[in-house]
Amino acid sequence: MTGLKLAIQTVETDVLIIGGGTAGCFCALTISENSNLQVVIAEKANIKRSGCLAAGVNALNAYIGRGETPESFVDYVKRDSEGIIREDLVYSIAKRLNIVTEKLEDLGLTILKDKNGDYVPRGKRSIKINGENIKPILAQAAAEKDNITVLNHVNIVDYLVRDGCVIGALGFSLRGNRIYQIYAKKTVCAAGGAAGLYKPNNPTFSKHKMWYSPFNTGAGYAIGIRAGAEMTSFEMRFIALRCKDTIAPTGTIAQGIKTVQVNAGGEEYVEQYGRPSTHIRLYATVMENRKGNGPCFLKTEGITDEQQMELFKAYLNMAPAQTLKWLERNTGPGRENVEIEGTEPYIVGGHTAGGYWVDHHRRTTLKNLYAIGDAAGGSPKKYVTGCLAEGQIAALSILEDIKVAQIIKRDDNRIKEQVKYLSRFLENNGSLHPITEVEEAMQKVMDEYAGGIASAYGYSSAKLGIAARRIDELLIIADTLKASNLRQLLAIFEIIDRLYVCKVLIRHLEARRETRWRCYQENIDYPQKDDKNWQKYVNSVFKDGNVEIIFRELVGRDAVYEHKN
Amino acid sequence: MSIKIDRDKCISCGRCRNICPGNLIETDEAGKAVMKYPSECWGCTACLKECPAGAVRYYLGADIGGRGGYLFTGNHSDHTDWFIVSADGTKYQIKISKKESNRY
Ligand SMILES: Cc1cc2nc3c(=O)[nH]c(=O)nc-3n(C[C@H](O)[C@H](O)[C@H](O)COP(=O)(O)OP(=O)(O)OC[C@H]3O[C@@H](n4cnc5c(N)ncnc54)[C@H](O)[C@@H]3O)c2cc1C
Ligand code: SF4
Ligand code: SF4
Repeated sequence: MTGLKLAIQTVETDVLIIGGGTAGCFCALTISENSNLQVVIAEKANIKRSGCLAAGVNALNAYIGRGETPESFVDYVKRDSEGIIREDLVYSIAKRLNIVTEKLEDLGLTILKDKNGDYVPRGKRSIKINGENIKPILAQAAAEKDNITVLNHVNIVDYLVRDGCVIGALGFSLRGNRIYQIYAKKTVCAAGGAAGLYKPNNPTFSKHKMWYSPFNTGAGYAIGIRAGAEMTSFEMRFIALRCKDTIAPTGTIAQGIKTVQVNAGGEEYVEQYGRPSTHIRLYATVMENRKGNGPCFLKTEGITDEQQMELFKAYLNMAPAQTLKWLERNTGPGRENVEIEGTEPYIVGGHTAGGYWVDHHRRTTLKNLYAIGDAAGGSPKKYVTGCLAEGQIAALSILEDIKVAQIIKRDDNRIKEQVKYLSRFLENNGSLHPITEVEEAMQKVMDEYAGGIASAYGYSSAKLGIAARRIDELLIIADTLKASNLRQLLAIFEIIDRLYVCKVLIRHLEARRETRWRCYQENIDYPQKDDKNWQKYVNSVFKDGNVEIIFRELVGRDAVYEHKN
Repeated sequence: MSIKIDRDKCISCGRCRNICPGNLIETDEAGKAVMKYPSECWGCTACLKECPAGAVRYYLGADIGGRGGYLFTGNHSDHTDWFIVSADGTKYQIKISKKESNRY
């Protein structure tokens, strides 16, 4: 049988944005509102509901509330992240959080206000919203603009690079049998973080009932890794504390009705494990289970019917499975405590610090390439508004930088090679291994040897050595996979991209010879935090098939960091 | 965790296929929507909210405690009606206005 044949379509634009999610849509919108530049958004799904915001979100979790300042926000992020953040990046975001929030409200987001017209605080740095339709609101604002072209259902597989400059990207359409080669003066990576690296909480039928979007498969990182971009802090993984099985957020309950975490014996257990930061609440739960004190719960029994109804509604607005789980059994949080568990690890630059190493303007180390949102590293706790702020920062930088830029095209022979690589999966003879088998093998390796749920997130260098070898073997097998249609071609790239992310992640985990963050980075060979030697960033560059580690000194709040080799 | 499409109710508009963030829904020769990859559903409910015919049902897999109950939505410009049918057939309806913020 001959394989599917793909035609090549060439697109030229001023700015290409890869991923029409939170950050990508807002970046496009900012460029459009401030210039006549042509913007193309290439999105693997449909921007109306793609990415993290698909189901809706609970609250705006990064906002400078009354009594807080951008400076106190940076202090908080630094404290919660054990010191290893790019203060310059966090500070630049903090200064824009409230501006982008107002813009969201102008676009149509419902934000709760008091009678004086002020936003009602949910916490010091958080405000209350109806976040169910946040993505359609953002997407519509972008799609309406004359100078923004949205290419929905186009999956990007690699950058086009010439002489060390990113000159666009290559992708394929899931709708027509088409390969897109998109040339741009400036390219922005906004393709989100990476889920599905590790064996998930629900590994069988409900394997995608996970916290992070299972459709954000680290493509943004992988295309950068393959092109030689510098990455930072992958070892600061993100692991969420979530409601058991549905993996719905716990903060809604914990902050909303101010409840506590209790073990099976009804004891509050968190504080004996340290200051209750985000990762300590998780670590405490993991430890209680290991000691045999589990299961652990959020104590909700006895809340009022009204509180319970508010929780039903809040979850319908962002994680409907949780409300279904309660009502399907004719019960609710007022009747029984809510069991909690830690998720599998993710790489998410909007929650922790893994991602592209960027300068003050969100330029990556590859010329003409920017990174924003969950794809960009160094600044934890961006959440929705921080991602918008980064979209805005990159847009404003591009407006300056693009003045002297021009479209560069690549020579045809190199393009032909890339197209051949992409088409090969359609032409491969049947592989010994089905696509999902490689995915499951990768998740098993990472789970067992690189600090997954199975080992309570801990790893050792001996285990990482095995993981590294196995991931390399799987990369070779992945090359033999066969796609019979475009959806299968997508599935193959989603695996290859995750394998590259795993490869880099393993080296980062190994390189940090201390334990800086409980659970996120639990190095059993070096179980203590070591401030004397490890107040620095672990970065990496993929070169000639190897991941080279680079250590970099901490960057301060007022620095204007520029890349110098 | 997944969705089921009621073929008889489906009016072949293609909107669910167009919206799914995971590209999981396809259409058959008659243009009717088919959930092609049930075990890859994230459970985001985008397809339910998009469906003009109320043809999409959302349910929990047995591996996460599902017992046959399900959820579907009625979509309106200013509010969403959430209908939940429990495992024993009890019916719940929760109406949420788009202008009403989460309390928590
Ligand atoms: C379930 C969940 C709940 C959350 N709740 C909250 C909350 O209540 N409050 C809060 O402030 N924050 C919340 N967050 C965090 C916040 O939503 C994210 O940090 C933010 O939306 C990330 O924005 P992004 O643009 O980087 O990624 P996304 O919005 O996910 O965008 C990435 C886009 O890239 C596309 N893409 C991926 N790969 C490719 C490819 N190869 N080619 C083309 N396109 C591609 C994706 O389809 C997607 O549209 C939540 C996150 C999750 C996952
Ligand atoms: S619930 Fe979301 S992920 Fe599942 S099929 Fe519908 S749109 Fe796709
Ligand atoms: S949205 Fe509803 S009616 Fe339209 S194709 Fe899908 S299931 Fe059928």
